[in-house]
Amino acid sequence: MARPGFFLPKILKSNAHQGEQPILSCADPKTLESLHWLACYLTTGKHMAFYGSFGTVLLLLAVTAPAALAFGFGGAMAARSGFAPLRWCGKGYTAIVRGVPDIAFFLFFVIALDQGFEWLRHKVKCPDWDMPVRQGSDFVVCDAAKMPLSSSPQWVHESYGFAIAVLTFAIVFGAFAANVLYWAMGTVPRAQIETAEAYGLSHRQTFWRILVPQMWVFALPGLGNLWMILIKATPLLFLLGVEDIVYWARELGSSKTAVFDFPHPDGRLYYFLTLLVFYLALTRVSEVVLSRVNMRLSHGQATVAGDAQRRAA
Amino acid sequence: MKNLILTTAALALSAAMALAESHETTVRLGTEGAYAPYNFINDSGEVDGFERELGDALCAHAALTCKWVTNDWDSIIPNLVSGNYDAIIAGMSITDERKEVVDFSENYTPPSPSAYIALSADADVSGGVVAAQTGTIQANHVVDTGATLLEFPTPDETVSAVRNGEADAAMADKDYLIPIVEGDSDIVFVGGDIPLGGGIGMAFRKSDPELRGKFTAAIQAMKTDGTLNALIKKWLGEASPTF
Repeated sequence: MARPGFFLPKILKSNAHQGEQPILSCADPKTLESLHWLACYLTTGKHMAFYGSFGTVLLLLAVTAPAALAFGFGGAMAARSGFAPLRWCGKGYTAIVRGVPDIAFFLFFVIALDQGFEWLRHKVKCPDWDMPVRQGSDFVVCDAAKMPLSSSPQWVHESYGFAIAVLTFAIVFGAFAANVLYWAMGTVPRAQIETAEAYGLSHRQTFWRILVPQMWVFALPGLGNLWMILIKATPLLFLLGVEDIVYWARELGSSKTAVFDFPHPDGRLYYFLTLLVFYLALTRVSEVVLSRVNMRLSHGQATVAGDAQRRAA
Repeated sequence: MKNLILTTAALALSAAMALAESHETTVRLGTEGAYAPYNFINDSGEVDGFERELGDALCAHAALTCKWVTNDWDSIIPNLVSGNYDAIIAGMSITDERKEVVDFSENYTPPSPSAYIALSADADVSGGVVAAQTGTIQANHVVDTGATLLEFPTPDETVSAVRNGEADAAMADKDYLIPIVEGDSDIVFVGGDIPLGGGIGMAFRKSDPELRGKFTAAIQAMKTDGTLNALIKKWLGEASPTF
């Protein structure tokens, strides 16, 4: 059936005011020609929010990756600890988080963390509150314990949601990183550790100066995989109520009736295609960077790749 | 572990910053933002529509400071009861099922009709595949008629399903469908109006009767002075039922 294309909605050449309008005025979108219309359409406040949300995703990656690595390092160190309860914590953390589906964890953690924080603040700030916190299905804390406060500006609410999301991502991906690092630490040749001990290095010195520098090359393939999965997991932000690129793509692409300034039929295909290109570009760049890092880490290592570099030099 | 402590500290700090601000009560209004003309995100990224204007007027009547929050339809009730916002104003019809979890204000639209849309006027709405938004009174109605229900998270996707032939028809509030039928010559209404639900109201936590009372009083005031009818006519069309 013949319908106007998505980006060619209304061509009203006969409009008398057309000539009088300054170039790139978006005052009355219904009178604009297709290309001009498109230029105005792609620069609405809503589209600016869409472009900004790409930054949100990159920021999430930039903050979550080191945080998850820190969680992973802590988990791996705990799992190798000689102190049994600490070892159980480390092993339990990786076993539980790795064993539960991501989505279940995301939904659980965000609610549990949020209500946990509010409950703690409630206990501290409103000690003389006489009503129960749980009333049927309602979760009620005093106004001063709300996280963030109802009166806080919108950006505080958004930052809080984002922080909870980062924490959840870090916990989930940290468990996988812990497992990767645990096995990487175990792959460093025993002879290296023995030599260090023979030189009289303490346990701590052996760990930080001999084991850790050498384990990265073994951890890299696993960590690289995790990074790729983390990139692809960022649309889960949408599930956590953060207005990310998937949210805006769906919102902008859905068909718009005449109530809107820029009515158009369903264009989600184009928006999701943009996301596809964005993610492909991001993963491609990551692959290039990871292979460079791998080359650098292999330098001087007692591995096949390191040996090949030595021969070539 | 160090990271956990740091993050917690950062969160506590942001909370403390928030605390330093004024203590006046702010009512957070939750809406979907995907149900034009009731509520939608306009081209500058703001919540707009019938309920935006109504909500702002109600808050002015009740002398409350209000802020708008958008939330997915699917989780709009759970996020109300867990305290992320204080009221839902999102084209939500008053039903007995929802009343078990939340309390409603007095209805601010009269019980308004629902309708089917399809690509042809003789579409099979009682035996075919009918699309509706998840968790709506229309979805319940489709199941009751014996048709096969095809659920979508947003109302817009139900209309797309009709356009691309995935569903034989879609069902939604008539006020939502009127602009769609007017804007697309391929889509027509099927059959007459079907009255469903007890009108649209604002939803509140059961533990919050005080706030509900304030808004009900404001709605009653707007019904009496005729401003509510004017808003209904402005946003939902001249033909929409008024008080």
